[in-house]
Amino acid sequence: MNTDIALSIEDLNFSYGKKKALDRINFKIQPGECTLLLGPNGAGKSTLFSLITRLYDSRGGRIELCGFNIKQQTRKALAKLGVVFQQTTLDMDLTVMQNLRYHTALHGMGRKQSMLRIQEELERLNMFDRRFEKIRQLNGGHRRRVEIARALLHKPSLLLLDEPTVGLDVPSRQDIVDHVHRLAADENMAVLWASHLIDEIYPDDHVIVLDKGQIKANGTVNEVLQLTGTSTIKDAFNRLTQGAQA
Amino acid sequence: MNILHYWRAMWGIIGRELRRFITQRERFISALVRPLIWLFVFAAGFRSALGIAISPPYETYILYEVYITPGLIGMIQLFNGMQSSLSMVYDREMGSMRILMVCPLPRWFLLLSKLLAGTAVSILQVYVFLGVAWLYEIQAPWQGYLWVLPALMLSGMMLGALGLLLSSFIKQLENFAGVMNFVIFPMFFMSTALYPLWKIRESSALLYNLAQYNPFSQAVELIRFALYGQFNREAFIYTLVAFAVFMAAAIIGYNPSKGMMTGKGGA
Repeated sequence: MNTDIALSIEDLNFSYGKKKALDRINFKIQPGECTLLLGPNGAGKSTLFSLITRLYDSRGGRIELCGFNIKQQTRKALAKLGVVFQQTTLDMDLTVMQNLRYHTALHGMGRKQSMLRIQEELERLNMFDRRFEKIRQLNGGHRRRVEIARALLHKPSLLLLDEPTVGLDVPSRQDIVDHVHRLAADENMAVLWASHLIDEIYPDDHVIVLDKGQIKANGTVNEVLQLTGTSTIKDAFNRLTQGAQA
Repeated sequence: MNILHYWRAMWGIIGRELRRFITQRERFISALVRPLIWLFVFAAGFRSALGIAISPPYETYILYEVYITPGLIGMIQLFNGMQSSLSMVYDREMGSMRILMVCPLPRWFLLLSKLLAGTAVSILQVYVFLGVAWLYEIQAPWQGYLWVLPALMLSGMMLGALGLLLSSFIKQLENFAGVMNFVIFPMFFMSTALYPLWKIRESSALLYNLAQYNPFSQAVELIRFALYGQFNREAFIYTLVAFAVFMAAAIIGYNPSKGMMTGKGGA
């Protein structure tokens, strides 16, 4: 059991019937590291996320979160995990506070601790003043902020984000990209961010390029550029996925 | 993981469901209007066509409206159970089910809490319905209103577990119309909700058998007897066993390595 590694994936395979969705996936994410998972549609990103969150069960391979095996120590592993799903998962008719209190209840947090953590996370995202508003009244960017705040309430070691900026305007997207990168740096949190937007990558990030269920590249931005002999991540991505649409 | 965690999570799930129900006024009203139409229109029309002989738990001749009331209570819970399962399919398609499934608690406990939450909502609806029925002079002995509570909990859990089980098999929201045709209607009409068993027997032996073994009938009878301060042991055991079977199957259905996820996902 290695607790220095936030996420460890070894020899992971997954198939939908006869169609192989993930083929011998191996990678590790260290605390404080922001890893962008890039891949065209259908590359296997969502399947990988479903396996890490144990919505699907794999028969081949091994997933460990902070040293806890997701199959054998599911609850300990899930306690270390914060997730922002691609589709919004908030209750539209409930307030920001009610949505967040629901999450803290699911994680067994008491009232006092919940209130404290909700305040901390909402203030960090400039959303505290809007805590009594219904989700329906918020715009897409603000809803995303609430979802990110929610994913952090129980202080996870690994934050998973599944294309969280889809459908947002440029300033909202930039806010979220900056915030998540700050989290990795300041809180020593490991981040796995599935995206198909190249401009969300910072120079210090790790990049994993996934295509047709296989990892085509895994390394820092510079390493990936060197590997492909290209000067931009966009070109590298295109070369690795042979021009597949990102 | 301690008991307090379970306790807080369970109340979190129940509280969310109740809050959602109260804020969705249309859902509240439609849940109430359906049985009231049956009571005010259907039952009133049938009153003269259908004579009900004295049979337990009733000690005198009763109006058809009185007979049908426990059946309509069952109907509220049946629809509510199915609606909960509809919302689970919706939640799964929309993703909010995932928030529940990735929290660090055993899946069986999360499903059970979800079931308790749905049952709490249905009980709320039932008491409002009973209040309106009381004003319409369909009145049970006052103790009946207390005795019916545990019966409602069990019947609500049983019907909710059936909904949960169905939701683990339904892959898309569109398939839900089938549930309406193949589950809700047959269960409701082939039961003792609208007519007593002996009356069904007069017309068809097959229908009589189907109605007798229909778990919905047993739930309705449990409610009917409880509302008049009596305990129907047979109905209680039958409903309890049906709940256990549906719940166990639903838990298997939601297990990522055995149930719907493999069906959806593969190996």
